[in-house]
Amino acid sequence: MPNMSLKKNPMPHQDADVRNKNFEEVALGYTIEQAVDEAERCLNCKHKPCVNGCPVMVHIPEFIAKVKEKDFEGAYQIIAESSSLPAVCGRVCPQESQCEKYCVRAIKGEPVGIGRLERFVADYHNANCKEKPVKPESNGKKVAVIGSGPSGLTCAGDLAKKGYEVTVFEAFHLAGGVLVYGIPEFRLPKTIVQKEIDTLKDLGVKIETNMVIGKVISIEELIKEYDFKAVFVGSGAGLPKFMNIPGENLIGVYSANEFLTRINLMKAYKEDASTPIIHGKKVVVVGGGNVAMDAARCAKRLGGDVHIVYRRTLDELPARKEEVEHAMEEGIIFDLLTNPVGIKGNENGWVNAVTCIKMELGEPDASGRRRPVEINGSEFDIDADVVIMALGTSPNPLIKATTEGLEVNKHGGIITDENGATSVQAVYAGGDAVTGAATVILAMGAGKTAAKAIDEYLNK
Amino acid sequence: MFKIVDKKVLNPTVTRIDVYAPFVAKKAQAGQFVILRATEDGERIPLTVADYDREKGTVAVIFQIVGATTYALNQLNVGDYIADFVGPLGNATHTDGLKKVAVVGGGVGCAIAYPVAKKLHEQGCEVHSIVGFRCKDLVILEDEFKAVSDKYVLMSDDGTAGTKGLVTDALKQLIENGENYDEVIAIGPVIMMKFICKLTKEYGVKTIVSMNPVMIDGTGMCGGCRLTVGGETKFACVDGPEFDGHEVDFDEAMKRGASYKEWERHKYEETCNLFKKEVK
Repeated sequence: MPNMSLKKNPMPHQDADVRNKNFEEVALGYTIEQAVDEAERCLNCKHKPCVNGCPVMVHIPEFIAKVKEKDFEGAYQIIAESSSLPAVCGRVCPQESQCEKYCVRAIKGEPVGIGRLERFVADYHNANCKEKPVKPESNGKKVAVIGSGPSGLTCAGDLAKKGYEVTVFEAFHLAGGVLVYGIPEFRLPKTIVQKEIDTLKDLGVKIETNMVIGKVISIEELIKEYDFKAVFVGSGAGLPKFMNIPGENLIGVYSANEFLTRINLMKAYKEDASTPIIHGKKVVVVGGGNVAMDAARCAKRLGGDVHIVYRRTLDELPARKEEVEHAMEEGIIFDLLTNPVGIKGNENGWVNAVTCIKMELGEPDASGRRRPVEINGSEFDIDADVVIMALGTSPNPLIKATTEGLEVNKHGGIITDENGATSVQAVYAGGDAVTGAATVILAMGAGKTAAKAIDEYLNK
Repeated sequence: MFKIVDKKVLNPTVTRIDVYAPFVAKKAQAGQFVILRATEDGERIPLTVADYDREKGTVAVIFQIVGATTYALNQLNVGDYIADFVGPLGNATHTDGLKKVAVVGGGVGCAIAYPVAKKLHEQGCEVHSIVGFRCKDLVILEDEFKAVSDKYVLMSDDGTAGTKGLVTDALKQLIENGENYDEVIAIGPVIMMKFICKLTKEYGVKTIVSMNPVMIDGTGMCGGCRLTVGGETKFACVDGPEFDGHEVDFDEAMKRGASYKEWERHKYEETCNLFKKEVK
């Protein structure tokens, strides 16, 4: 008999008042008992609606069936057939709008905690499996992957499993892309990312850090001089947006990218770090996406009073509901229907306040969301010594600028067909470099699709 | 890891190291920069390419010991390894078509000005190098500059080397004497570049400056290096590092440059003490 409880097994968490002062992981993961109990909620539907909600089509009911049997390694092997980063996806995927959205149990009650089970299975494997993956026999064909974020790692893993000699080029000194510079430790511990990367290395993937492709070697040279038969571009959406309001260049105004990179990649939150960060006492984060939540929660952990300023209401907030709830629990204040119009500073160029204006919702715009409209004369100041702009990012233009014939759209995203092929022969692309800022799992899906297309192209 | 193959102490606070980095050496050009981390867990700092040897695969950088990172970097010797060395980043100096240029260098900025002067000289341009230092002990690259300059003017604050005075005084005099420059290229402390630009604006001489702001990734990702040029926000790493000096908001750049001054001073003292303890 399945477990007919209408609610998911709750995820154990660090207490909000404790965790908002440390950088350790917030969600603690299921125990074996909780995992098996949750797995019992799955009805093992024949038509598997959940699988269609997954960008990489993990065989969800099958892996959950193995969890019910307490064959956790068996469950891992089923997930690994489709996903190369299960421990990552189990933590950062927006399951509520993907697999769990289509779960039959969600019609009446809460869906099966698919993400929590995926995380449990991946963590169980990482803690208990000592066997290393075996490097497949080489087919002698070299493929270059630019960028070591989720799309690049997925593409590299899938190609390596097919016998390709894959080299991943990373601009930073550490592989992982947004998984290491963007997503904070308390949501995604970096040891987990490192473990996934080590797995790829065991499969024979070479990772070359400190290589800014486009500057040190062009894509054309990779193909002509270095004998790569195909190239996958997964260079991400690295370019931060600003509001272009007065005072944005004052000291203490950060892009979310800079703030998060200092904290996550350079470990500036640690006492003995060699990279500085301003520990704001009063912090204003502008924006309502997941990155804004991450930045706000980091600033809180550095000891600040943190306000999120967002021009629409909670209903339109693009961040995951879970992230918003976590942020609220941790004491972050949401100033909704509020938009900055200027930033004020002292005579030495340091920020001291953000001038905001109150908004109200008007008619729906092209996106279907009601357009926020300024309320005349409602300006007011919020004291702040740090301001973080989390307004989104656009694709990095470096590759486009140095690759002849590579077509991009008006937002700077590389144009590809449905298989990831670009306008340049043998060059494929995927992830945020194509779509603009999106999710880890969509980038992984694109990396997977491109790997399949590259394999077909090289076997023509 | 990147091996240090040569090290020269240019003056008590300025050091040149040549690093084996063949991929960078193959592409580097005057005006571009690298980002390095001296040690694992170290800070990422940008340094302008001072020289390169494509055959040997080496890239030279010249740095002043001003903070914890440069102090730690200076502790490394020939045969030691630097953790990370990435580049070449930014845009190369535009020298096409220039026939007569005044290259102005201030302090350690001369390390960046020199490869520009060399490149101009090699393409047959008439080069007037005006270099300034606080005192005689701090003079660097004198022979190197002389070898690529049609005119070499040495200035010092206290008169112990060359003529007493500022580089702006020397440049003003040359312009007043009828020297007609296609362009002035000024590289040095922000305050020096500001006053050079003020001067050349009066005389209507186009002036290029090289900005070296706070930076993390060097690829346009963090926006930490942003500055205002002609009323617009630009990123020094991808739009620069060289800009039309008459358009740059130097006062803002100076303030932003001081963002972490207090923190750096503290860290520097900490690092010095740490190394001194190790020596004992």
